[in-house]
Amino acid sequence: MAFQKPKNVGATARRILAYFGSSKYAFIAVCIMLIVSTGSALTASYFLKPLVNNYILPGNFKGLARALVFLAAIYLVGVIASYFQGRIMVMIGQRTANLMRRNLFEKMQDLPLRFFDTHTHGELMSRFTNDIDNVELAIEHSVISLISSVLIFVGTLVMMLILSPILFAITAAILAFMILLSTVLTRKSTVYFRAQQSDLGDLDGFVEEMVNGLRVIKVFGHEQVASSEFSGLNEKLRSSATTATFLSGVVMAIMGNLGRICYATAAIVGGILAVAGRLDTGSLVAFLQYSYQIAQPINQVTNQLSVILAALAGAERIFEVMDQEPEVDNGTVTLVNITHTEDGAIVEASEDTKTNEWAWSIPGDHAHTLVPLKGDVRFDHVTFSYDGVTPVLKDISLYAKPGQTIAFVGSTGAGKTTITNLINRFYDVQEGTITYDGIDVKTIHKKDLRRSLGMVLQDTHLFTGTVMDNIRYGRLHATDDECRLAAQRASADSFIRRLPQGYDTVITGDGGNLSQGQRQLLAIARAYVADPPVLILDEATSSIDTRTEHLIEQGMDALMEGRTVFVIAHRLSTVRDAKAIIVLEHGEIIERGNHDSLLAERGRYYQLYTGQLALE
Amino acid sequence: MIKKLWGYLGKYKRMLILSPLCVAVDVTCELSMPFLMGKIVDTGIPSLNLQYITHIGILMISLSLVAMAFGSLNHRLAAVTSQGFGANLRQALFDKVQSFSFSNIDTFSTASLVTRLTNDVTQLQNTLLMSMRMLTRAPLMLICALIFAIAINAKLAVILVIAIPVLVAGIALITRQAEQLFQTVQAKIDAVNGTVEENLIGIRVVKAFTRERHEKTKFKKSNDDLTKIAIKAGNLIVTIMPMMMLVLNTATIIVIWRGGHMVGNHQMGTGQLIGFISYMMQILTSVLMVSMILMMIARAQASADRIMEVLDTIPDIADKTPVLVPQAAYDPLVNAELPAQEPTVHRGAIEFRHVDFKYTATGKGENVLSDISLAIRPGEFIAIVGGTGSGKSTMVSLIPRLYDVTGGQVLVDAVDVRDYKLATLRSAIGVVLQNNVLFSGTIRQNLMWGNAAATQEEIEEAAKNAQAHDFIISFPDGYDTEIGQGGVNVSGGQKQRLCIARALLKKPRILIMDDSTSAVDTATEAKIRVSFRENLNDTTILIIAQRISSVQETDRIIVLDDGRIVGIGTHAELLANNPAYQAICASQMGGAVN
Repeated sequence: MAFQKPKNVGATARRILAYFGSSKYAFIAVCIMLIVSTGSALTASYFLKPLVNNYILPGNFKGLARALVFLAAIYLVGVIASYFQGRIMVMIGQRTANLMRRNLFEKMQDLPLRFFDTHTHGELMSRFTNDIDNVELAIEHSVISLISSVLIFVGTLVMMLILSPILFAITAAILAFMILLSTVLTRKSTVYFRAQQSDLGDLDGFVEEMVNGLRVIKVFGHEQVASSEFSGLNEKLRSSATTATFLSGVVMAIMGNLGRICYATAAIVGGILAVAGRLDTGSLVAFLQYSYQIAQPINQVTNQLSVILAALAGAERIFEVMDQEPEVDNGTVTLVNITHTEDGAIVEASEDTKTNEWAWSIPGDHAHTLVPLKGDVRFDHVTFSYDGVTPVLKDISLYAKPGQTIAFVGSTGAGKTTITNLINRFYDVQEGTITYDGIDVKTIHKKDLRRSLGMVLQDTHLFTGTVMDNIRYGRLHATDDECRLAAQRASADSFIRRLPQGYDTVITGDGGNLSQGQRQLLAIARAYVADPPVLILDEATSSIDTRTEHLIEQGMDALMEGRTVFVIAHRLSTVRDAKAIIVLEHGEIIERGNHDSLLAERGRYYQLYTGQLALE
Repeated sequence: MIKKLWGYLGKYKRMLILSPLCVAVDVTCELSMPFLMGKIVDTGIPSLNLQYITHIGILMISLSLVAMAFGSLNHRLAAVTSQGFGANLRQALFDKVQSFSFSNIDTFSTASLVTRLTNDVTQLQNTLLMSMRMLTRAPLMLICALIFAIAINAKLAVILVIAIPVLVAGIALITRQAEQLFQTVQAKIDAVNGTVEENLIGIRVVKAFTRERHEKTKFKKSNDDLTKIAIKAGNLIVTIMPMMMLVLNTATIIVIWRGGHMVGNHQMGTGQLIGFISYMMQILTSVLMVSMILMMIARAQASADRIMEVLDTIPDIADKTPVLVPQAAYDPLVNAELPAQEPTVHRGAIEFRHVDFKYTATGKGENVLSDISLAIRPGEFIAIVGGTGSGKSTMVSLIPRLYDVTGGQVLVDAVDVRDYKLATLRSAIGVVLQNNVLFSGTIRQNLMWGNAAATQEEIEEAAKNAQAHDFIISFPDGYDTEIGQGGVNVSGGQKQRLCIARALLKKPRILIMDDSTSAVDTATEAKIRVSFRENLNDTTILIIAQRISSVQETDRIIVLDDGRIVGIGTHAELLANNPAYQAICASQMGGAVN
């Protein structure tokens, strides 16, 4: 942990403090309480001197009783303060973690897909788990501990100075040596810790790779090789970790015992001073009591600092995500419900009437223009690249009129999925334009654009919740009956009713308890409920058992009816029925037409279709 | 549990036993400090004996040095033992995992195996380290401090008889409640993480349906749930320290009151009184420490359980004593008198005899394969088609004994696969798995998994047959190109071709390819088939494919549906009279030759 260094301690700490929000005043209260509780502890130790000198040695027990009541009061104040500071810090820590998690999650929802392409899930998950945990832990435990250690340390030194300047000078010299030594040793051991950490990283990486590839290892009979390679890495880690662990232990042993030597020296010198009559017994006793505990706060500070630094480093990684550009949306065109007036013109429906008709509302200088939603999509000389270097789509122009089905075919990597990703603006085109009912999609409010587009992806993702919840995902206000109807249309109803709890069956772990085909049927039902004018379909490549496949086919066909459909096609019936088939190769349209005309062309489509590519 | 883990200490056992001795010396030295200090204050100062004071002082310093030495020695022992134990345990786990059969692998998820090998081992290792540093120390401290306290003043020590049980009871009460709360906290954490993970995986769906706000609301709820319960648990934990202070402070006041009287009556010295208070503090802190360590060990229990679960797993496919087979079995011309030997794969004939199979690991009682009977000739090119879940992958994985049949027999060269030595059987069979992986390293290193002694010519030949040679040499470093992290990223189709080349390099008698050209474009796939036909005609080949175009020229096609063979024949035969095959062709783009 020693090397997990935050880059900008000040700025990051300030930003975390900003998260305290309304708890800021509570934190100030904690700081006051810290001073109270530390003061109480220090005073209590100092109190030993008058106790011994004024009451015990002279045998004044009435006075002792009174003094003890006073001491009890000091103790009590300290206990109460430390109890409440603990509670408040738990609250602050948890609230801060809560807010950070929420902000991070909300940020995640607002990030463009591009971000998820370049960051692994594990990376983002560890922001939510390790990094936030570290921040929370540091706030709840380390901050108080650090502040109080510093206070105790300073306070103890002051008390020592008051009790005996000579003894203080000696103690201070030894302490200075201790701190110096501790810094040097810690720096030395950091080298070994780095070695340990890097060896551990190597080993963990190897384990992950080998466990992931376990089946391949078995198939190639490589068990022995893997084991012996592991054993080499394991031995390397053992040796570096042993040194690092040992060194950190030695630092602890040296520091602890230097504290005791400090105590012993104070006892000798103090004894001599007392004999010489330059120090009273009460002072000596109190001084020794302080010096017995002086090493404690130094060790605490060292320990807590590393926790706090780790937390700051974690917080920096969290803030890094939060500082990412969110998905841009300058769209002003919105989707509105419309009704017809008596003379046939269309007007925006009032808030409380829900119609099934929609129009784009284009803001003008004075009034909004309404354009009926039809589902006419055009690509005009569209060029696109994910990384800005290699173009994935080159000068694509195509159109789909309302109700038409456009099928994309071509080999993997030809750019089929990219085209569909551009329509709903998962990514923005770099050159050319895409229009929807004649409106540039860039000017349409994203939420409204996507509401008008339905998607059924090849990998079906479901969410924890009931089957009903998952269908309703398509339209949150859909009634149970509407969801059931959608399931029937999607041919999903029969299998759902056979599930143990029917529509109330809880789906867990991305639908792990359903088969691939069943998940796909649910995705179709989900799109059905949304009832969008335009559909984007990505047909599954892997074949599913014939019965389910038939159901899916039925569901898909029903869903496609009457809508503009962009489909990445794998099924023969889909392409046959498509109004236009677009054959893509390396990001370019190489052929287009309908099934018959393309077959007649005897080109790439013909080869794909007959499966005889380059084999004659 | 401890008994089972004890064995993994190996040669470090001695150190573990030696450690408490070091701790005892360290603790004794440390604890004699307040006692000796008491002597200086009570005997040295009143008698004005400078020599006595210096002697005792030097004794204190020497004892500190002794404590430093023994303390360091114990840290050495603890470091060596805990790291050694960790290394032993990791190796044992890794070796165990390597011995797992496929069905063993199925029962553990990859992530959970990795966690066990990394985090869980580290957890146990740290527990051992902390135990060696503290577990003996705290009780010893407790006992020694108690002895010193009693030695100073037995009457005062009576207070401890009350204080210790009160403290222990308080801690027990709080921790018991906290443990329950923390279980709830963990469940809530899992729920929050589950939501995050689900959203990461399904981010496209969320965005496509513009459900960002919906997800945010959902998250806020589970997040707030977590915070509420976590604050409750946290509040419980923060009461431990104030409670301990309360007990200590009350005891201190009583000690000063009673002790003050004793000092007044000259029954004890001031120094002794102060020393007693120091010991009392030490004792109560040790009680707290012991309870903390016990809690830590309790937490480590969960890791230990997960590790033992792996170590206790018995690989369900292992070598039994190979059955000896007369040599005449391979070649009828050989003299039948020759001694029997361990079976080896010579020709590559395969036979399924009434094979039934069910995955016992997944707990589903249904047969995945039912009554499969089939004979494949050496050198035959076989394709298997059928929908997902029809049992294709399962069927081929029985040949190299990745799973064992639950009924019937699988024979290779007329010998039951269970009668081969596993290594012998698998070395003769090349398998390209569906979800295949390459390892970090160069392309050459990856290919040589197939044959560690392969020459450049052999490597190139395999790569050429898999249509991988051309793209490999197009990389600047050719066969020495690093792949994976820090190297070039190969595309899905290139990866599949490398995996095929790796299997070809084995020069197997039987080659199994499970849907392993799905990402290869049709033209290249066709070339691979051509080179297989030309160069591998004495290898028995089984391919599973989705595309009809990939299978139509094979010698025979086997159509599977729901774990049963519903058709065997050539493309033309099946297309003419097999409805299941016709249905597959009809539904596919690229399969409709009419």
